[in-house]
Amino acid sequence: MKVVYEKTSALTDQTLSYCPGCTHGVIHKLIGETLVELDVLGRTVGIAPVGCSVLAYNFFNVDMVQAPHGRGPAVATGLARSLPDGVIFTYQGDGDLAAIGTAETVHAAARGENIVIIFINNAIYGMTGGQMAPTTMPGQMTQTSPYGRDTATAGYPVRVCEMLATLDGVAYAERVAANTVPNIRRAKAAIKRAFENQVARRGFSIVEVLAICPTNWGMTPIDSISWLTEHMIPYYPLGVYKDKHAENTGGGGV
Amino acid sequence: MEEKVLMKGNEALAEGAIRAGCRHYFGYPITPQTEIAAYMSRRMPHVGGIFLQAESEIAAVNMVLGAASAGVRAMTSSSSPGISLKSEGISYLAGSDLPCVIVNIQRAGPGLGGIQPSQADYYLATKSPGHGDLHMLVFAPSTVQEMADLISHAFNKADEYRVPAMILGDGMLGQMMEPVILPAEREVKTSKPWAANGHQNKRPHNIINSLFLEADILENRILDRYKRYAVIEHNETRAENFMTDDAKILIIAYGASARIAKSALTAARKEGIAAGLLRPITLWPFPVKEINAAAENARDILTVELSMGQMVTDVKLAVQGRRPVHFFGRTGGMMPTPEDVLEEIRKIERNGSI
Ligand SMILES: Cc1ncc(C[n+]2csc(CCOP(=O)(O)OP(=O)(O)O)c2C)c(N)n1
Ligand code: SF4
Repeated sequence: MKVVYEKTSALTDQTLSYCPGCTHGVIHKLIGETLVELDVLGRTVGIAPVGCSVLAYNFFNVDMVQAPHGRGPAVATGLARSLPDGVIFTYQGDGDLAAIGTAETVHAAARGENIVIIFINNAIYGMTGGQMAPTTMPGQMTQTSPYGRDTATAGYPVRVCEMLATLDGVAYAERVAANTVPNIRRAKAAIKRAFENQVARRGFSIVEVLAICPTNWGMTPIDSISWLTEHMIPYYPLGVYKDKHAENTGGGGV
Repeated sequence: MEEKVLMKGNEALAEGAIRAGCRHYFGYPITPQTEIAAYMSRRMPHVGGIFLQAESEIAAVNMVLGAASAGVRAMTSSSSPGISLKSEGISYLAGSDLPCVIVNIQRAGPGLGGIQPSQADYYLATKSPGHGDLHMLVFAPSTVQEMADLISHAFNKADEYRVPAMILGDGMLGQMMEPVILPAEREVKTSKPWAANGHQNKRPHNIINSLFLEADILENRILDRYKRYAVIEHNETRAENFMTDDAKILIIAYGASARIAKSALTAARKEGIAAGLLRPITLWPFPVKEINAAAENARDILTVELSMGQMVTDVKLAVQGRRPVHFFGRTGGMMPTPEDVLEEIRKIERNGSI
């Protein structure tokens, strides 16, 4: 029998803890495939955040550290400064990265730490049951914005890639989406580019993945995908916001 | 090679750390400990180490968490307000069984408080370093020499028991200069098979983690850790006895206040008052048996602290009502003079036990 598809060896046999239809699973797969393709499993250390993906330490077949809420980039800094050959990545949600961990994120980026951040923007706090995130859309209803996010009192969503792209320490920042097959392929290419940067010691790379949370959005996975496409992508345009080494490889910019 | 030099306490501590094999320092400036960071920023580049000025104390302690996860000797230092911020990280370090050293050169609180010396973080260090059931080793130097020596001991014991360790100093020790014999540089080779440093495709993946969602599993982890704590409490207490053999008035003081107490009791001896000092060097584990041994022939106990009275509760718990325990302290950064303490000793001598 011919094998046409295999689970990547970068993921363990643990059953994922994510809800049916959630995009965390597919993003894990893209990271796993990348680590295998670059042959860096043995020297990778991943950092699990506090959020739905907290149990990622059970899912990736690499050494893993579970960081306090938002502190992933600081923990990654400590690891990267201790393991000169290490490949260090964090996997963080929008509450983790863009609310409680904003300082750690911005300064790891400003220092140009040689790490990869995979940033999952699902416009909500998933794990705690669907509260407003810094990335929640204007008007979006959540448990703590029951009348819809009112920008007069709750302010505006944070556009992380745009913000970080202004920092000289950032080598690479790209926003992708996990909504369609072509976009997922693009997401894979972005994740691979980020890890290639790290292997080449080019500094800080971030890939923001627009993702869905059917459970807390209160929609079917299919409706969630449409909502992401119709509401999130216009506010969070996809593309490369920064690629310092683009000329070497032919990568583009927005 | 050993060398004798004149150094500030903070610098002696920093050099002691380097000679103990620490090559990873992460910190954020705050008076009165900034000399540690400044010293590390000068020295680390010459010894192939890392000095990193973090964006906050929270970030610094989490960088330590990352470095400790990778298996290297890592440290951070701060002073009281910064230690409040490190509490989260300390709790995670303890919950993840990560060895490292945190230095607190205490200043007066609460709030922004002041920059003068204090010992008002005793509870924070020994009772509630962070949320949850946990302990960390707490060492209290009282000379510049001990600043250099105890940091190396702290790294060794942290590695041995896989627990975070704290050096609890104060602004006076940090700032003052004394001659110090610097220990020879030692090569450290602690095996850390649990470290998250890349499995090299040779072993199952290591996980550094403090999350256990099943209550029974978490309870068992904590119970296991408390078994280790019990061994520490049994084996690792340290205290200095100074003229305790025939002491009728036993002073208990650590760090800077122990220095003041020593001068006071030396003066008391000249007046014919049999006073002695038991100086805890470990604050956790607390030297309960050492205190009880020294209190055996004493009539009264006097605890002296730069606080409103924190360690005194542990002294009372140690002697279990067998001896009256008096307290004398100044706070807010005020330092008692030896004469102030002598007056307390005289009062106790005059009044007897009441
Ligand atoms: C210090 C601290 N504050 C709050 C929490 C509670 N908490 C757990 S997950 C979470 C939000 C996670 O949301 P996000 O980062 O968006 O990730 P998602 O769950 O959506 O994947 C919060 C607030 C915590 N664990 N620690
Ligand atoms: S709560 Fe949302 S983000 Fe979390 S696993 Fe479920 S669907 Fe995914």
